[in-house]
Amino acid sequence: MEVLVFHPIGAKSRGLLLAAALSIAAPALAQPPAAAAPQDPQAALQAQIEQLKQQLEALQQKVAALEAAGAQPPAAAVPATPPAGQPAGAPAAGVQVPAGAAGAGGPEGALPVYGNTSALSKIFNPDMAVIGNFIGAAGSNSVAPRPALRLDEAEMSFQAIVDPYARADFFLSASPEGLDVEEGFITFPTLPGGLLMKVGKLKAQFGKVNAMHSHVLPWVDEPLAMVNLLGGEEGLNDSGISVSKLILNPVMFLEATGEVYNGDNDLFKSYKRSDLAYVGRLRGYRDISESMNLDIGTSFAHGHNDAGPDDTTQVYGVDATLRYRPLQEALYKKAMLRTELFWSRREQPLGDAHAFGAYVSGEYQLTRRLFGGARYDFSDRAFDPTLNDKSGSLLLTYWPSEFSQVRGQYRHTRYAEGVSANEFLFQFLFSIGAHGAHVF
Amino acid sequence: MKKLTLVLPILLAGALSAAPAHAAPLKVVATTQDLESLAKEVGGDKVQTDSLAKGYQDPHQVEPKPSFILKLHSADLLIVVGRELEIGWLPPLINQARNTQIQPGADRYLDASNFAHILEIPTGQITRAMGDVHPQGNPHYWLSPENGRRIAQGIQKKLSEISPADAGYFAQRYADFDKRLADAEKKWAAAMAPYKGAKIVTYHRSWPNFVETYGLNVVGYVEPKPGIPPSPSHTLELTQEMKKDNVKIIIIEPYFDSKTPNAIGRDSGAQVVTLAPSVGGAKGAPVSDYLQLFDYNVKTLVAAFQATGMKGGA
Repeated sequence: MEVLVFHPIGAKSRGLLLAAALSIAAPALAQPPAAAAPQDPQAALQAQIEQLKQQLEALQQKVAALEAAGAQPPAAAVPATPPAGQPAGAPAAGVQVPAGAAGAGGPEGALPVYGNTSALSKIFNPDMAVIGNFIGAAGSNSVAPRPALRLDEAEMSFQAIVDPYARADFFLSASPEGLDVEEGFITFPTLPGGLLMKVGKLKAQFGKVNAMHSHVLPWVDEPLAMVNLLGGEEGLNDSGISVSKLILNPVMFLEATGEVYNGDNDLFKSYKRSDLAYVGRLRGYRDISESMNLDIGTSFAHGHNDAGPDDTTQVYGVDATLRYRPLQEALYKKAMLRTELFWSRREQPLGDAHAFGAYVSGEYQLTRRLFGGARYDFSDRAFDPTLNDKSGSLLLTYWPSEFSQVRGQYRHTRYAEGVSANEFLFQFLFSIGAHGAHVF
Repeated sequence: MKKLTLVLPILLAGALSAAPAHAAPLKVVATTQDLESLAKEVGGDKVQTDSLAKGYQDPHQVEPKPSFILKLHSADLLIVVGRELEIGWLPPLINQARNTQIQPGADRYLDASNFAHILEIPTGQITRAMGDVHPQGNPHYWLSPENGRRIAQGIQKKLSEISPADAGYFAQRYADFDKRLADAEKKWAAAMAPYKGAKIVTYHRSWPNFVETYGLNVVGYVEPKPGIPPSPSHTLELTQEMKKDNVKIIIIEPYFDSKTPNAIGRDSGAQVVTLAPSVGGAKGAPVSDYLQLFDYNVKTLVAAFQATGMKGGA
């Protein structure tokens, strides 16, 4: 119940009262009315009712005006030019924003309403996307067979800014094996000292392929060296802390990364709390020209392995990527050459095993939507370097749009067991939801 | 005594604002050359400008090169086009820049679209069946001189906030730019006036602000949907419509393959005109600042209208 204070400074005309009531329609009740009330309590009450009526009418008009503006967007007229020197905030506030202009091909009608009263809370929902990765295989492979048809993974991503100091990224992977947190981490991009820190479950910054999600790989499968020496499909993916720093110099982009992990993943095994795994990486990048650039890196990983509590594994890696993409024809022309080399030293009861593996891969854009590729890879097996696998692949990738991709890969593999496998792998990738960033 | 009370605050203000790092020019990084040019117009020699995407490059499809991270790392101000134009490449770069000041929402992150008149904001449910639509409106808004003026004004305000001691300098630079732009606008408007209402076709939806300014009438697009490459059936349909409507001009951007537009031009009798969608966007022609961008586009377009004998329409 509002209490109005009237100052008895004599009778004023009804018109003045009305005018006063109108003038205070919006900020209204906060300020005391300028006009005074007649002494008669009944008249005062009537005046009060009159005033409230006026306010109600003013508000109704406002609501009607707002509704009309919402339903019928103003014509696409350019607002008048603000005079020079006027602060820029002013024109911004006065900008008329016409809805879907004629011929825009945009949608019409009202925006859909999903919840009810809490609909505004959705503003803070993270960016969400789901990527389906369907893989099929034909041909024979008795050593590492894949199912003929399988939705290999549905990756769900949730990404948002946490607060002024951090952002968070979650990637959940639903596969026939179950639901797994592929990655889930907080990033502090604004730490002092030029540091960038990530905390959570992470794909380790070891080389190039290990840090990639399966849907951004340039192949259907993973190179043999990843499988044999870096723990297979999941790779080095563990809970830990990653800190990286730019090393500023006039020659190139240089970034050093140091990471500590719990030490329990496909490659390492932790027997006690102090059995942590460590990963280090130094990455250099330089533009050779505006169309060509070179990306090189060296990586290191150390942790305990499953041979015994005192046995450790070290992996060293070197990677180099040469990219060509002329800026003006970037939609149609792209070529990339990449190689990664891995050296593994694994302590075992019978003595150390030194294994080596590598791949060389090339990608070439044929037309705007069509890409060709080839890969040669070979790798010793980490636990027995006398066993050696080799394979060669040819690839063709088609992009209906930025959000879907169809790929075929012919792969010939010669396994250490003396078995050869000729396979045709094919893949459908499809993405819905928020527009993710391109991978570099 | 009165003199002292006047002088003292001025001295104090000068000492406070002029003191720190601002002796060196402010490093302004813009995502495109258009915004860089506007920052240069306003900032003069008090700023050192740089841009990420080149004018002859599709601004949707920029590779997030680590060398950009270095530029962002040392930036005192980042100016972005916004409206999700850079969504595919800028966020990871800012994330890795290790620069607190230019994070989205921070003081030194300037979204130029906040000052501009934005067209083609979709109003209902949008899906990717419509192609690569921008839910916040068409991001090619810098192609109207009026928006250039508003952006320059926004940059002037931001630069003055960052470097209050130079506020007068920036205001004077802006006023000068505003005047030159106003003079040029009259010239451009006069040159384009005979072609008001002329029907044209464009490749991508890059030109709504430009065609609105000069009253041109876009009747079709080479792309069936934004970001979707031309398809044979759409190309055939478009060619027939162009013949029916007597459309003589196809405007394309320098980063699109001209094969399809050329074929449409041959079949429909239209001329393919490559305009500069951005500063730096015309190879072999000096389009090195914001005013030259319109000079070039207006001149090129008028020449094409004359060559095809086209007139304005209703």
